[in-house]
Amino acid sequence: MSLWVDKYRPKGLDKLDYHKGLTTQLRRLASSGDFPHLLVYGPSGAGKKTRIVAVLRELYGPGVEKLKIDLRQFVTPSNRKLEINIVSSNYHLELTPSDVGQYDRIVIQDLIKEIAQTQQVDASAKRHFKVVVINEADSLSRDAQSALRRTMEKYMNNMRVILCCQSTSKIIAPIRSRCLLVRVAAPNADEITDVLRKVAKSESLQLPDTFAKRIAEESKGNMRKAVLMLEAARVQQYPFSPSQEPIPTDWEVFIRELAVYILTEQTPGRLAQVRTKLYDLLTHCIPPDVILKTLTFELLQRIDGQLKGTVVGYAAEYEHRLRQGSKAIFHLEAFVARFMSIYKKFLVDLGAM
Amino acid sequence: MMATTFFSRPTGPTGAQKPAQPAPWVEKYRPKKMDDISSQEEAVAVLKRTMESANLPHLLFYGPPGSGKTSTILALARELYGPELIKTRVLELNASDERGIDIIRMKVKDFARVTVSQSVSGYPCPPYKIIILDEADSMTTDAQSALRRTMETYSKITRFCLVCNYVSRIIEPLASRCAKFRFKPLDDVSVRSRLQLICETEGVNCPAETIETLARLSEGDMRRSIMLLQSAHRLYRTDVITSDAICEIAGVVPTQMIETLMAAWQSKDFHRIEAAVGEAVRDGYSGAQLLSQLHDRFISDPHLTSAQKAKIAQSLGHADKCLTDGADEHLQLLNLMVAAF
Repeated sequence: MSLWVDKYRPKGLDKLDYHKGLTTQLRRLASSGDFPHLLVYGPSGAGKKTRIVAVLRELYGPGVEKLKIDLRQFVTPSNRKLEINIVSSNYHLELTPSDVGQYDRIVIQDLIKEIAQTQQVDASAKRHFKVVVINEADSLSRDAQSALRRTMEKYMNNMRVILCCQSTSKIIAPIRSRCLLVRVAAPNADEITDVLRKVAKSESLQLPDTFAKRIAEESKGNMRKAVLMLEAARVQQYPFSPSQEPIPTDWEVFIRELAVYILTEQTPGRLAQVRTKLYDLLTHCIPPDVILKTLTFELLQRIDGQLKGTVVGYAAEYEHRLRQGSKAIFHLEAFVARFMSIYKKFLVDLGAM
Repeated sequence: MMATTFFSRPTGPTGAQKPAQPAPWVEKYRPKKMDDISSQEEAVAVLKRTMESANLPHLLFYGPPGSGKTSTILALARELYGPELIKTRVLELNASDERGIDIIRMKVKDFARVTVSQSVSGYPCPPYKIIILDEADSMTTDAQSALRRTMETYSKITRFCLVCNYVSRIIEPLASRCAKFRFKPLDDVSVRSRLQLICETEGVNCPAETIETLARLSEGDMRRSIMLLQSAHRLYRTDVITSDAICEIAGVVPTQMIETLMAAWQSKDFHRIEAAVGEAVRDGYSGAQLLSQLHDRFISDPHLTSAQKAKIAQSLGHADKCLTDGADEHLQLLNLMVAAF
């Protein structure tokens, strides 16, 4: 049995629920003989991947769903062996080059050239080109991106690239100018509620409107999260009551508690305890930047208006350092310590007045 | 690895493998002759004079993307050798080819060594070959150093043309061996007239106002404006292409959203700022784009003093640096909006 997220993922362009205008445009693109390189961007859970798969299906028919996974090996000039997983069908292939870290340039150069230089063999194929889907394109190194530049132009005859990323800030300008930018915005609360209702109907569940709205709010525009929460709620309690609270993921609860924990006491002793909690989160593979961001927003909700600006400033600063540094715990702890100091000072000043 | 000669371009001089295939307009409307190159009068004039004297120096072209650097050298090569001989006389290498030091040593040297003899009537066919190193600023310093001696040794039968965006990334010894040509961004008039021509040839339904928007958005980058036009054409077919459509394809943030952000910023109310930034992030607009548009908005605001603007510019610069380093967009934007007052 698969998760609802996968079960109810729209399969074709006509099944997509929201962004109707975008869907029409994508259909026009796919139905004409000419198809540009695409750069699909938007926040996570907005439906970028779903749209890419739907476009591929529109291009090639159901054949694209017959997937196989290959493990490919590449050798760097310094004789290091790299391995990367590639998901492919007869018509397209999909890779996440950031898996190989700084050697992504080699993968891009070798693999894409190899694909680009082979013609589509299947005579019954609808298109004369293959599609390469590159996930997490924003974490491609600059070298890898510049390696793509000319390749994209030169092999336009038998290959198209679809780049999928969260933000275009880290995509170099020459690549951006070669692609058609497709922005997939996060769905708004009503759109999420509609989808939730649809899922509930297919599962023959009674979904109270208020509860659906609560989930939609809680998901913050992330469709995947909304559907997952609905399924979790179904497991927890059914029939749903209108006053039921959606269950947040346990790490979010943990961070929320952590925020309260920090706010109740600001001492070096407490800081040491906070550290163990942070380690707990890190060992459960919650990415440090997510921890910092979630913690910041939890703290912001609970503190006085005057402090908010300063806290955001420090959060931005420590998050930036976190990206550049190599040991996450230092920066997380530094942020917590800094916050404690600001907050304590604020409380003391308040008491002195 | 495939030899990247001039021939392998999608719409090379002898046409693509499948003529029926729709070619990208960028290639289709690439200027074929030196005279077609717009708004780079000085560079073209100097190059033409050197062509007449049949003695070309090594060349270094630099300038912003889409200003016609590659087009110029290709047009020059075509005028020198004609469509047939160009295949054997010109070697084009760019960043998507492996270009480490060993490639410079092997491939470039091998190509540089071969002497040339035959000539075709109707073209000057000077007795040297041309090696084009496109995107030369992404070559490693080692590879660039390896070129130094090669350039001099084979200077009798080979001319190098380095093409790059940033001349500062070319090592000094190489730069001093070349005649430098600076390419400036195209002016609006040339961009507009070119776009007009394409619209007429391809039958694009594009009103003058939209062309205006295209020219403005592309900031002198001809390739970008043509790509945008073609993308819009693919999406809208025969429908009228509006300015808004172009903005959406170019990833430009709508003015209304910028105004919302500005209003929130001016209110100095944390909740409003948080809501406005949250909305912008959820809509998926890119942080860099938001920054640059906010910058334009701040600078042109008549109600801010110079000192305020200077302070804002500093915060913007800081935020941009952090974004480039890969910091979180949501936090950075929020910080910018909060810190700037």
